[in-house]
Amino acid sequence: MITLEPIARPGAPLARRNPVAKLAAAMLFAFPLMTTLDPVTPAIAIAVELAVLPLFGVHPGLLARRAWPLLAAAGGILVTLVLFAADRSGQVLLDAGPIVVTSGVLVTALGLVLRLFAVALPGVIVFATTDPTDLADALVQNARVPARFAIGALAAFRLVPLLGQEWQMITVARRARGVEAGRNPVARLRLFVSTAFTLLVGAIRRGTRLAVAMDARGFDSGVPRTFAPPPAVRRGRLAARRRRATATAGPHWP
Amino acid sequence: MGAGVRVRGFGWRHAGRRGWAVRGVDLRVECGEKVLLLGASGAGKSTLLAALAGLLPEDSGEHEGTIEIDGRPATEARDGVGIVFQDPQSQLVMARSGDDVAFGLENRGVPTGQIWHRVDEALRRVGFPYHRDRPTAALSGGEQQRLALAGVLALRPGLLLLDEPTANLDPTGAALVRAALARAVDADTTLILVEHRVAEALPLVDRVVVLEPGGGIRADGPPEAVFAAHGDALAAEGVWVPGRTIPPRRAAGPGGEVLLTAERLGQPPRLSPTNLTVRAGEALAVLGRNGAGKSTLALLLGGLLRPGTGRLTATPELAGADARTAPHRWRAPALTRRIGSVFQNPEHQFVTGTVFDELALGPRRTGVPESTVHDRVAQLLDRLRLDRLAAANPYTLSGGEARRLSVATALATAPRLLICDEPTFGQDRRTWRELVELLADLRDAGHGLVAVTHDAEFVAALADRTLTLTPPAADPVPR
Repeated sequence: MITLEPIARPGAPLARRNPVAKLAAAMLFAFPLMTTLDPVTPAIAIAVELAVLPLFGVHPGLLARRAWPLLAAAGGILVTLVLFAADRSGQVLLDAGPIVVTSGVLVTALGLVLRLFAVALPGVIVFATTDPTDLADALVQNARVPARFAIGALAAFRLVPLLGQEWQMITVARRARGVEAGRNPVARLRLFVSTAFTLLVGAIRRGTRLAVAMDARGFDSGVPRTFAPPPAVRRGRLAARRRRATATAGPHWP
Repeated sequence: MGAGVRVRGFGWRHAGRRGWAVRGVDLRVECGEKVLLLGASGAGKSTLLAALAGLLPEDSGEHEGTIEIDGRPATEARDGVGIVFQDPQSQLVMARSGDDVAFGLENRGVPTGQIWHRVDEALRRVGFPYHRDRPTAALSGGEQQRLALAGVLALRPGLLLLDEPTANLDPTGAALVRAALARAVDADTTLILVEHRVAEALPLVDRVVVLEPGGGIRADGPPEAVFAAHGDALAAEGVWVPGRTIPPRRAAGPGGEVLLTAERLGQPPRLSPTNLTVRAGEALAVLGRNGAGKSTLALLLGGLLRPGTGRLTATPELAGADARTAPHRWRAPALTRRIGSVFQNPEHQFVTGTVFDELALGPRRTGVPESTVHDRVAQLLDRLRLDRLAAANPYTLSGGEARRLSVATALATAPRLLICDEPTFGQDRRTWRELVELLADLRDAGHGLVAVTHDAEFVAALADRTLTLTPPAADPVPR
């Protein structure tokens, strides 16, 4: 199940910052780490990231649940390097026939795994603490992303969880029709493709209807768009900041 | 302020179609009039409504005649027109209710300081029962449609268009929306409503306009006068004209052999443990509120879901030697020969590119020889009035045609038991009547029939026995 809701504790000081600012900060922090090769720099970065976690109001357990795909990727890196690394220098720790695990291999693997976490965690934290609606509004207002794109993507994104349910219904409906792949991998692939096609047809139809409904409410009116101020309870400081901004600058370019 | 509508010789042909969707329409609607727009399915009601809303792009078809709203062409008068469509899921844009109502106001450049005031006013008018932070995904279908109506009313349209706003809702949800419409629509707002459930729509309107399928307008006037003159013809074409009942079709005798037995069959948290028997020659209707697990029970009985609790047993009468294994473990071809399932959304079931292949799929999969397949398909096409559509793509069918095809595909393998989930949902009177006749014939020929339904008239017309499900107790620790 894909969850879109933010998981931050309300009132955490950094969680309520402007989503665009958070995103920019995460990128500034993460990009330089891509160039490091040693395990120490990313380790320090991870320590910093975990240290600021309370400021975002994210519980470590919840973060772990959101970040589980990273754990899977880390496992993949470890296995790949242990099996295929060319550089087998350093002390031999395990010699099991074709697999030779040396300290050099482990250091390289550790460096890569830490780098993966250090680069990805800021993004995970930002999205875990950001309401998608706020992000779309902020992208339009502060980053001058066209509203047609940002708000359109937001509306489409809201339909994503429906796709999971649809997939199950289509699969079940095919069994009812006597269509089943059994153990034959070719038949399985064909069934997968045809199920995906049915899902796609349905998604396009629903998307078209949504687009018409949005235009019926003036989404394509070409009038400069205004923004409803977020209610104070919900978005705290952001509301005050944005109200000031709109009061001084007037409506932004759509 | 209401808006006046002038339609002169209007016609529209969708790009790539041979026939006109609507043609030769002349219509004058004054400020504040409330009009019910009727016509057989395919008469062009939805197309005319889309044209009034200015939502037919010039490049998507060919048009003739003019439509003016308060003297301006419809495509330029869109800021004064609001439209509510059938499907709540594809009308809501935002994750939170208040944001969704604000969406239209933001688009129209309403000053920031006025937005929440107008949002709250619109929500109050439709009787929206929650705070504006309520997630739209947590609303029932009826509540979502109320919200969609609020989103349109917040823009204060002079002309309000409603395209079957309750067709996708269960009776409770439909009642919610009608109550919202009755209290929210101003006396001076012009209203044009498309709805084939006429009895429910009549309290909202003072004039009925009937579109002629071939083009033009067949009738126009006060409801009583129109129905007195054209009621019978309209009923035959599928309009639910009030006061015309359909005679029930009960089983001649008691149910026959037992086909399925469910013992404490359940699926936490969706379906509480349920006991029931399904018999041949009997129509069993499964009733219950939304969330009672009716669709889940249909999937379980159809052998499409592994039971969470309890047991489902087929008798040798239904399954022969396979009776010892549970239906959800049968191979798909064996299942489809014994139990046919008709889903709520017909499109989920379509697998092939033509109506003919769709009907032939089941028999071919179960090893029926090709010559027999042709005969069987020809019979079904004829029986369900699909013969002219044999080469059509299933996804291009109308709602009624898609429903008839989905029932026909389930019948193609001649299963002894048929499970239907909301078979009459959103159907016009003609398709509805055909479905009742078809299902009653099957039952009388010794097939078992289980129908999950909200449709009280369908139950009254067909069901020999009913089972009412109660929703499982709420999760004590909601998260």
